[in-house]
Amino acid sequence: MAVGAPAAPGRTALNLTRFRLEPALILGVLCLAALSFLVVVPIGWLVLTSFQDSDTQALTLRNYFEAFSHRIYLEPIANSLRLAISVAAIATIVGTALAWLVSRTDLPGRSILRPLILAAFVTPSFLGAEGWIFLAAPNSGWINKIWVALFHSEHGPLNVFSMQGAIFVIALYSIPYTFSFVSATLDMMPSELEDAATTLGSGIFRTMWSVTLPLALPAILSGFLLSFLEALELFGPPAFLLIPARQQVMTTQLYLFFSDYPPRVEVAAAYAMPLLLVTASLLLVQRRIIGRRRFTTVGGKGGVRRRMQLRTWRWPFFGLAFILPLLSVILPYTAMLLVSLSKNWSAGPFAPGNLTLYWYDWALNVNGTTREAIVHSLSYGAVAATLAVVVATAVAYMAVRKLFPGVQAFAFLAVAPFVLPGIVLAIGFFAAYTHPPLLLYGTAGILVAAYATRFLPIAFSNSSSILQGLTTDLENAARTLGAGPLRSLWTITVPLLRRGVLTSWLLVFIPALKELSASVFLYTSHTQVITTVIYDFSDAGNFEAVSTMGVLMMVITFVIVIVAYRLIGREVIRSAA
Amino acid sequence: MITIKQLRKTYEGSVAVDRIDLEVKDGEVMALLGPSGCGKTTTLQLLAGFLKPDAGEIRVGDRLLSSARSVVPPERRNMSLIFQSYAVWPHKTVAENVAYGLEVRKLPRAEVKTRVQRTLDRVKLGQLSHRYPAELSGGQQQRVALARALAVEPQVLLLDEPLSNLDANLREEMRFEIRRLHDETGITMIYVTHDQTEAMVVADRIAVMNLGRVEQVGEPHEIYELPATRFVASFIGRTNLLQLNGKTISIRPHQVLLSKPIEATHCLKGRITRHAYLGETRDYVVETADGAIMRVTTGPEVIHEVGAEVEMHLPLGACREITE
Repeated sequence: MAVGAPAAPGRTALNLTRFRLEPALILGVLCLAALSFLVVVPIGWLVLTSFQDSDTQALTLRNYFEAFSHRIYLEPIANSLRLAISVAAIATIVGTALAWLVSRTDLPGRSILRPLILAAFVTPSFLGAEGWIFLAAPNSGWINKIWVALFHSEHGPLNVFSMQGAIFVIALYSIPYTFSFVSATLDMMPSELEDAATTLGSGIFRTMWSVTLPLALPAILSGFLLSFLEALELFGPPAFLLIPARQQVMTTQLYLFFSDYPPRVEVAAAYAMPLLLVTASLLLVQRRIIGRRRFTTVGGKGGVRRRMQLRTWRWPFFGLAFILPLLSVILPYTAMLLVSLSKNWSAGPFAPGNLTLYWYDWALNVNGTTREAIVHSLSYGAVAATLAVVVATAVAYMAVRKLFPGVQAFAFLAVAPFVLPGIVLAIGFFAAYTHPPLLLYGTAGILVAAYATRFLPIAFSNSSSILQGLTTDLENAARTLGAGPLRSLWTITVPLLRRGVLTSWLLVFIPALKELSASVFLYTSHTQVITTVIYDFSDAGNFEAVSTMGVLMMVITFVIVIVAYRLIGREVIRSAA
Repeated sequence: MITIKQLRKTYEGSVAVDRIDLEVKDGEVMALLGPSGCGKTTTLQLLAGFLKPDAGEIRVGDRLLSSARSVVPPERRNMSLIFQSYAVWPHKTVAENVAYGLEVRKLPRAEVKTRVQRTLDRVKLGQLSHRYPAELSGGQQQRVALARALAVEPQVLLLDEPLSNLDANLREEMRFEIRRLHDETGITMIYVTHDQTEAMVVADRIAVMNLGRVEQVGEPHEIYELPATRFVASFIGRTNLLQLNGKTISIRPHQVLLSKPIEATHCLKGRITRHAYLGETRDYVVETADGAIMRVTTGPEVIHEVGAEVEMHLPLGACREITE
């Protein structure tokens, strides 16, 4: 036998515990610092500020009294609940029906319907709201104009600047939640479960009512809860659609507390508390529902899944099902594209001489603010994604490998921002970093940190699920072949993580690009990003500029997604082929 | 020679390995055989250097590798380990997997290449060196793991249930394959398994483990024919355990002779309660007069009906006295 791996004399008998603990300890301290900066300090200050007097900093309950004792501040809460419940109800019913059509019937075109419905996930709802302003604004909206021209009536029938308008638009973009949950469940459910009922003499509708629906109930409830929370936390669509109607919801009211001079951060923090508590408790409920589903699992092993014959109903249902993508993606984004190509949108896109590329030239070459905003969005997003991925992967590594006791607390901190609505997070960051020792407000740093924090949970769960799939054997095999711990990590685990880390990076970068609700609280005139520019233009009524920036944002997003998936895809092919 | 002395390892109060002693000679294949939870995998992890013992020591030759005070890390023990999961790296080709250990040892590139090829030829994977693991069958991945471990020419090869993820036919083939690789290389192996047939095919000697202890060490025929303890007798093959004259006796089912009652005194009387025809043999369950249950295996020509009274003759040479 050859003598392999000759050990340096004196280093032979190294103390194993010391050897393993040292790099782990350094990593742990760094992660703790990062998590404190991103999660603990902002949440801590949010809570602390809500109990502090604005002048004396003494502890007080006055902020809560101020926030919840005036009629004008209670009305937004009622509005928020009304909005959220209506949205959740509509989204759940429509989403469930669509899921059943796509997953369990022979609906024509179902394979394109699925991506079209999920496309509403990719498009930010505040852009959808803008699109619907062009279609259904009371006088200038195109649908209203066509109506007036056709029926010679005085007014069009639609007014998007209303509670109904907001409910409609937000529901359009919430439907994918229920749809994806329920269709995933139905896809897994073998027909035998339904057949068992049918053989016992139960008819189609009775079977659906007593077998199919109860089995899908956890998914339906999850969809309802997430739609409800999403509608409660949204800032963009209510700001665009309800502020002109002089109606407030909680999120827009929080914005008003902020835009007072001086900003009433303390009251805002107190006002945000119910939002935080409701979100946290409902997400807990949702997790329990999903968790329980595991026991009553709709196991799909070997089960045959037959599709139900719709027969004469095929084409009527086809027409109904395609209404959703028409309303959520095709109409509003066509409108947005046309507005961005119009000199003056209210003249209508086909008015003579109205079509132009002027606004693109303006946004990319003439106007300094928009150009800068694009650069800012890309760079802040990239830095935030990198920061989030590094922290998330390091924490996930420590947690999955259980490097030291108590490391699960780190994992908890990494997922904690999941319960923070964007606005609440922004208030926390504002409260924490507008004063020494870390004065970040007004710098790019606060936006970067807020993005990193907001999407840290996504990066963490992605990284940790990949790490859980990698057995320690892979690293240990390298150890027995003579590689030290760091070399094993670097040559085995790191390359195996690369693809997953790139995915995590995208999962942070892309939502960061589209982030509005925290950005709008934390930007200043030097740190404009695409979404805040859109917000400003919308506020000022410059809808051609809004559309141009909206289209540019979507184009940038799609280009990045396509390039990235090419990259990731190639890697998949390389390691599989 | 590998010497394990009074090795002990506990996890949060429960004892996984309880003061075991074991010696493995150079060039020998030693199987650690036992049910799950018997401590055999922990022993292997201690040998590989992934765990630190609470007490005792592990030496190779006169080099102290592990003790409660210090542990030579896995990368400096010159032992290769075959994992139950194979742990073949999915992002490296077959050749890159095998070359890894040689590159860590900073061998010149040309030599790495020839040694990789030689090792792959030895495990019959010479043609597949540019494939990725995802394109290989389970058996081929197992061979990659073997080649990768053998390429560095380690002093000791440790194998952790290497065949438990293969299907039955392949498992049988790989047993002989591993034995062949040993006979060609003469490498010292420690082979962990819960499968007695596997241990008997591959190993020169078997250490039967139970509850963190080594119950018996011996060659396969010694373990089977001369079981020292109740556990070894019942874990290795089937057996009948009887109390005779205050002693515990083990007798294998096929060594009991079954006949119709004749007037004789030096035998056990019983009644057939169950019977199965298995082609090569017949299996009988016999209940003795005092309620003990015996299993008896006979040739297919020995036929007794259920309910029939029979006599069981226990040849003296086949009865083993065992300790509890």
